[in-house]
Amino acid sequence: MRKNLLYILVIGSGVIFSIRLFSLQVSSSDYESMSLQNSVLREYIYPERGYIYDRNGKLIVENQPTYDLMVVPRQLRKIDTIEFCNLLKITKTTLRKKIKEAKTYSTRKPSVFLAQLSKSDYAALQEKLWKYHGFYVQKRAARKYNSYSASNILGYISEVNRFDISKDPYYQSGELIGRQGVEKTYEKILRGVKGVRYSQRDKFNRVIGPYQKGELDTLPTQAQNLYLTIDIALQEYGEKLLQNKRGGIIAIEPATGEILMNVSTPTYSPNLLVGRERSKNFVLLKNDTLNRPLFDRGLQGQYPPGSPFKLVNALVALQEKAITPRFRVLCNEGHYYGRNDFMKCHCSIGTRNRLNSGIYNSCNTYFATVYRKTIDGYDDPKKGMNVWSDHVKSFGMGNFLGYDHPTGQKGFIPNAAYYDYWYPNQRWAATTSISNAIGQGEVLTTPVQLANMTATIANRGYYYKPHFVKRFERDSIAKKFRERNYTTIDSIHFEPVIEGMANVVKWGTARVARVPGIEVCGKTGTVENFVKINGERVQLTDHSMFVAFAPRENPKIAVAVFVENGYWGGRWAAPIASLVIEKYLKENVRRTYLENRMINGSLLDEYLKPLSDKPFQINE
Amino acid sequence: MNNKYLLKFDWYTFLVYCALVSIGLTNIYSTGHSQGENMFSLGHTFGKQLFFSALGILVIFFVQFTRVKVYERYSSIFYLIVLVLLVGLFVFGNEVSGAKSWYSVAGFSFQPAELAKVVTALALTKHLSEINTDLRNISHQITAFILILIPAFLILPQPDPGSTVVFLSFLLVLHTEKLPSRYILVFCGVVILFIITLLIGHNLTTYVVITIAVIYIIGMRNKKRRKVFLPTILVVLLASGFIQSVDYVFENVFEQRHRDRFNIVLGREVDTQGIGYNINQSQIAIGSGGMFGKGFLEGTQTMGNFVPEQQTDYIFTTVGEEWGFVGTFFVIVLFMVLMLRILFTSKRQKNKFSRIYCYSVVSLIFAHFSINLGMVLGLLPTIGIPLPFLSYGGSNLLAFSLLLGIYLKLDANRVNEW
Repeated sequence: MRKNLLYILVIGSGVIFSIRLFSLQVSSSDYESMSLQNSVLREYIYPERGYIYDRNGKLIVENQPTYDLMVVPRQLRKIDTIEFCNLLKITKTTLRKKIKEAKTYSTRKPSVFLAQLSKSDYAALQEKLWKYHGFYVQKRAARKYNSYSASNILGYISEVNRFDISKDPYYQSGELIGRQGVEKTYEKILRGVKGVRYSQRDKFNRVIGPYQKGELDTLPTQAQNLYLTIDIALQEYGEKLLQNKRGGIIAIEPATGEILMNVSTPTYSPNLLVGRERSKNFVLLKNDTLNRPLFDRGLQGQYPPGSPFKLVNALVALQEKAITPRFRVLCNEGHYYGRNDFMKCHCSIGTRNRLNSGIYNSCNTYFATVYRKTIDGYDDPKKGMNVWSDHVKSFGMGNFLGYDHPTGQKGFIPNAAYYDYWYPNQRWAATTSISNAIGQGEVLTTPVQLANMTATIANRGYYYKPHFVKRFERDSIAKKFRERNYTTIDSIHFEPVIEGMANVVKWGTARVARVPGIEVCGKTGTVENFVKINGERVQLTDHSMFVAFAPRENPKIAVAVFVENGYWGGRWAAPIASLVIEKYLKENVRRTYLENRMINGSLLDEYLKPLSDKPFQINE
Repeated sequence: MNNKYLLKFDWYTFLVYCALVSIGLTNIYSTGHSQGENMFSLGHTFGKQLFFSALGILVIFFVQFTRVKVYERYSSIFYLIVLVLLVGLFVFGNEVSGAKSWYSVAGFSFQPAELAKVVTALALTKHLSEINTDLRNISHQITAFILILIPAFLILPQPDPGSTVVFLSFLLVLHTEKLPSRYILVFCGVVILFIITLLIGHNLTTYVVITIAVIYIIGMRNKKRRKVFLPTILVVLLASGFIQSVDYVFENVFEQRHRDRFNIVLGREVDTQGIGYNINQSQIAIGSGGMFGKGFLEGTQTMGNFVPEQQTDYIFTTVGEEWGFVGTFFVIVLFMVLMLRILFTSKRQKNKFSRIYCYSVVSLIFAHFSINLGMVLGLLPTIGIPLPFLSYGGSNLLAFSLLLGIYLKLDANRVNEW
């Protein structure tokens, strides 16, 4: 009987140990990750971020090493703080604060003491670094920009935040990600794929060999270089022309949809967002609500298109057979479109315009009539409105164009539903939206959409989606950028409109845009615009607008220029566009007087007017 | 030896023994494994253990050719020789990592404490199997205790507390041979009271003890109550005194490392970098094995040498990490089969010496098995005791081979012993 105790003990202990083992090994998985944490070292191998070239193979963006000064608080010894602070150009309070911060994080693990020292700062520090125990320097890669220009296109990179990490588990804390511009769109191509190497560690944290014979390791995939469609010389030239003016220049090669330049001023140097001063500069840029340097006017600015939109209305009317090129309209410094509604025009009394002269004189009466005939060509203004709207949208307006840049705006092209909402019970007709005829009223477009419209006209009826990247090092660009998008306008209707555009430059509203030896086709715009100041609707000086393409046959460049509050189109936009065309097609600009006038011209006084709190004159 | 002997030989036990030793060898290979070294050289732990395994089987084989009466008759001489060896350690002992437990001879170290377990088992068995021995008799009890305590106290100052604790397991043998139950009860009571006091404090424990005593007395019938009243009061008084002394013993008699070991098991302290490092790492190693383990030579904890003493006392962590629950459960089953098998065969022994020897063997294996696994699995305070047959260590393996070999010889001779 008494030896039953032995049985009980043997069986009992066996059962207890089995249960304990089951709970340790099978029902809990915590230990597995703990084991990996303390015995396996994971290191990443980062491929160098891809370079960015312009369309002519000129290197715009490359990489430079920067240096992070790291500190391990536990290893700190007494140091000559005055010398140290002078070396790093910091104050003693900063030094104390930074060390305290590092201690709060960990006394044994390294933390960043000063991020992104420049090469020269590092050089000065390097000689003395041996004196400062607990400090060491870690090399990191940062971007280097060879041009002060094109920051709005290139975008910038910065460290990933928690949101990025939760969105894409590829990223680890401390890694870099493209935040804006092509750096963001082509993040995956520019960064490549990091490789990973697992090593077995021993209890002293020494690496004793590969983990699982390196079976889990992966090699990094090299990043690809990017060749932009941008001509960086042209881009820099455009920025120079637009200095001290707010506006944008977008140029597209009609035959490919490649964006040759996208200037948006005021702008900033991309080098501001690299290095130690990065966050400080970024806050400055972001908080500059007057100049809004981070706002890409070419892609994001939504303005009424003004007179260039007349070209589209003419094309729609021709397609809808509402008019023929020979259709004639009488203008008496404007016309009545309702009993008390008069639309002004700068044609003298008794002018009779056909399509050609309607375009080169930019006759409001002519295009208002054309627009009404288009809408009223159908029994129901709803139907007419929607037909018109669909035609316009086929030019890529009223929606994102699908280009490879993360910013943008849709613009706005109204349709019947829109007017039904604001004027229910069929209380609207063609005259309600008559301002659309001359590109005012409800329509809104972005400069890139206008440039694309111009390219479409230059192509006589189709466009390629505008894009910023010409090719990659290995891959070819997306298919959507290589196929034609046809408008709903037949190509035969374009020639009369182009004839009108040629005459705009020859003897119309933009004679200043003539380029010797090149036939330029263009259209000016003088865009009325309003803002709210203290709750009141105030009209500001008109925007200056010009779209053009050249040469007339086999066009090489289509450009849209937009100068905020620049008054009439021929004042700023047309000369700038013609200079850009001359620069691109002839490389050298011979009209230096015009060039100097544009470069030196400033609209800063104009922009201060609405801020002055005093009554001011517009259009002077 | 003849065919009859081979038929009566307990092959089950022998096979389990071989299985356990093989498992031990496999895992020692894994802990010592590194590229470019000859694992089979005698300079290597695995090579040495392989050599000792062969020697162990040789010992079992050799024992089968000896005369069975040798062990009974000369047990006291063996016992005395080993006592001399133990005493000799104080003079000639070779110090290895702070413990003077070894004789060094020609590159091999020999630990007499392991042998002491075997000879004490033999001597105690001899004493208990004497025809006139009756453990209800106080003088016989004292003889038995002395037999156990002499080697235990000789080993304690080496220091080797682990081996000393193992000698307590002979209490189980005495218990099966009619040692009055109060010894076991008092022993268990002391251990339980000690732990409870550490956990909930001495005041609360005292209240609990008094409450239980009051309920016990009230629950008795009137006549019996009068009879148990005084003894119960005495027990309560003694228990209270003990409870009050626990804190003193814990704080003043125990050393800090002992206190730490208790604190960790009782969950009062978690320091995974210092004193808790061992137990934390061994649990990580075992736990990370999962159901089926990481595979032979694939254990990351094992390769990184994160678990200290992994090839000796913590060999079970390698089993856990590389072979998973399947492996650890298999090892536990093997040990249970071994102990239960010996317990079952004790019934068929025709003489008292063989029968009691069975109990001694089971008690010794049980003590090592339960204390080692309890420590590795974090259920008991850390005490350095190897896992028999699996752990690296020649003396231990040879001693247990000898222990089993004698059992096998006695068992095979159960019929023709006289």
